[in-house]
Amino acid sequence: MMFATLEEEPKLKREFPKWAITCLSVAFVILAWEFFGRDINPVFGSYPSAIAVAFWQLLKSGQLLSALAQSMQAFVVGYGLAVIVGVPLGLLIGRSRVLEAAIGVFITAAYAMPLVALVPLLVLWMGLGFTVKACVVFLMAVFPIIINTWLGVRAVPKTLIEVGKSFVASDFTILRRIVLPATIPYIMAGIKLAVGRGVVAMVIAEFFTAISGLGAIIINAANAFDTARMFVPVIVLMVLATALNSFVGLVERWVAPWQSEISGRDEG
Amino acid sequence: MQENTINAASGQVSLTDVSKSFTLKIEGKVQTVHALKSISFDVKPSEIVMLIGPSGCGKTTALRILMGLETASRGRVSVGGKEVRGCGYDRGLVFQHAELLPWLTAAQNVMFGLEMKGMRGGELKDTAQRYLELVGLKDAAKRRPYQLSGGMKQRVGIARALAIDPEVLLMDEPFGALDAQTRESLQGELLDIQARTKKTIIFVTHDLDEAVLLADRIIVMRAGSVQEEIRVPLPRPRGDLGALRGTPEFAEARYQVWKALHALEAVH
Repeated sequence: MMFATLEEEPKLKREFPKWAITCLSVAFVILAWEFFGRDINPVFGSYPSAIAVAFWQLLKSGQLLSALAQSMQAFVVGYGLAVIVGVPLGLLIGRSRVLEAAIGVFITAAYAMPLVALVPLLVLWMGLGFTVKACVVFLMAVFPIIINTWLGVRAVPKTLIEVGKSFVASDFTILRRIVLPATIPYIMAGIKLAVGRGVVAMVIAEFFTAISGLGAIIINAANAFDTARMFVPVIVLMVLATALNSFVGLVERWVAPWQSEISGRDEG
Repeated sequence: MQENTINAASGQVSLTDVSKSFTLKIEGKVQTVHALKSISFDVKPSEIVMLIGPSGCGKTTALRILMGLETASRGRVSVGGKEVRGCGYDRGLVFQHAELLPWLTAAQNVMFGLEMKGMRGGELKDTAQRYLELVGLKDAAKRRPYQLSGGMKQRVGIARALAIDPEVLLMDEPFGALDAQTRESLQGELLDIQARTKKTIIFVTHDLDEAVLLADRIIVMRAGSVQEEIRVPLPRPRGDLGALRGTPEFAEARYQVWKALHALEAVH
């Protein structure tokens, strides 16, 4: 027997997809830039088609890819270390009254550290190579990760900790089985913030060393007043940072699938 | 479950001259708050005792001390003849708002306590499933907390506390946040579960009807002291709780407790 009220299939809510809105928005900005950018003196500005030509030249000569590889190696090492060091350190500071009082002040201060001013000093210590770049990326990326993790730990409801205690869980077990999963949204926010800061750090380091990587292309092109060419690595880096951010979002949905469902937001 | 009956003191609870005070800073002045002023009471094995009283009377503090989440400033607390020092598997706590771990399924939440107790493998899954069945959630094992109603969450909370097979079940206003119908069915089920498992239950509530329906004995508290102990003369098993509410015996018992609670108001 059929139920009389079931005449129609329940309709799934159909909305204009978010990715389509993003694509339209990007296309609009590129078109507007192309339209207005052509009127500007090519030393003072550039426009998408000129940048695309410069991009093609840099790609064909192999310069772009080798520079990208040099930059990314330093970035991956520095950023990876920042995650590996930052998350456990943030967890420990958040859970330990003593560590919070003893180290917290340094972390907060170091977050605001004008790193640009210190890069020459780091170059003196470590030379112009790979190490100094990775180190600068690490120093820029690690503090937002520590601070976010730390804040996340402090936001874990006391009652959830008491659930662990009521089952006689050790401090370490409570940290691993309760505090860590409860803090994941904060950790992920810190890791995302660190992507942007890490990319900026990488370019800053390459400005000072000026002999390798995407930063070197930027500074050499700028010195030659080749503005279109200068924009190529800038845009490559922006695209890269956006892609990394989406990737971290994917990782978050993989390690914490419950989170987007609790908050009711699809992060598409 | 049978092991418990070997020890004669199993499930017996006693508080002797228990006091709890802590210092608070209110508007710059350090004040000592006496949450419990030398309270004493005993609970027999398999007895259901309800702690009732206005908010701030110390009933939840007494329960937390029994659980071992807080320590008494003075006095002795023992469960099953052993002095309480911190949390233990002889006591299971049901939290006010269930406090399930949001990243775990219902079954995994029940398994959490069992894992802490050291259970592994197939026994772990079977035990969790058995206790989910006991609370009527056989088919919801794979759901996560955000996919459960308030009543279902609290059922999982009860299953989690019972699964470790404690001598005493401690319940902190577990049905306070539920709608009336859900509350009534959970009250009935709790009595069924208690009839089968013979657990001692100490239950904090501020609901007069709930206290009379469930209790063997009601301890009325006021300002950190035991004001009155009232034995509920209703027979066990209680049968249909809805019908019980209509009986003169229920009305008489309810009036007794109401008077005791009202005596408090006259004092305030």
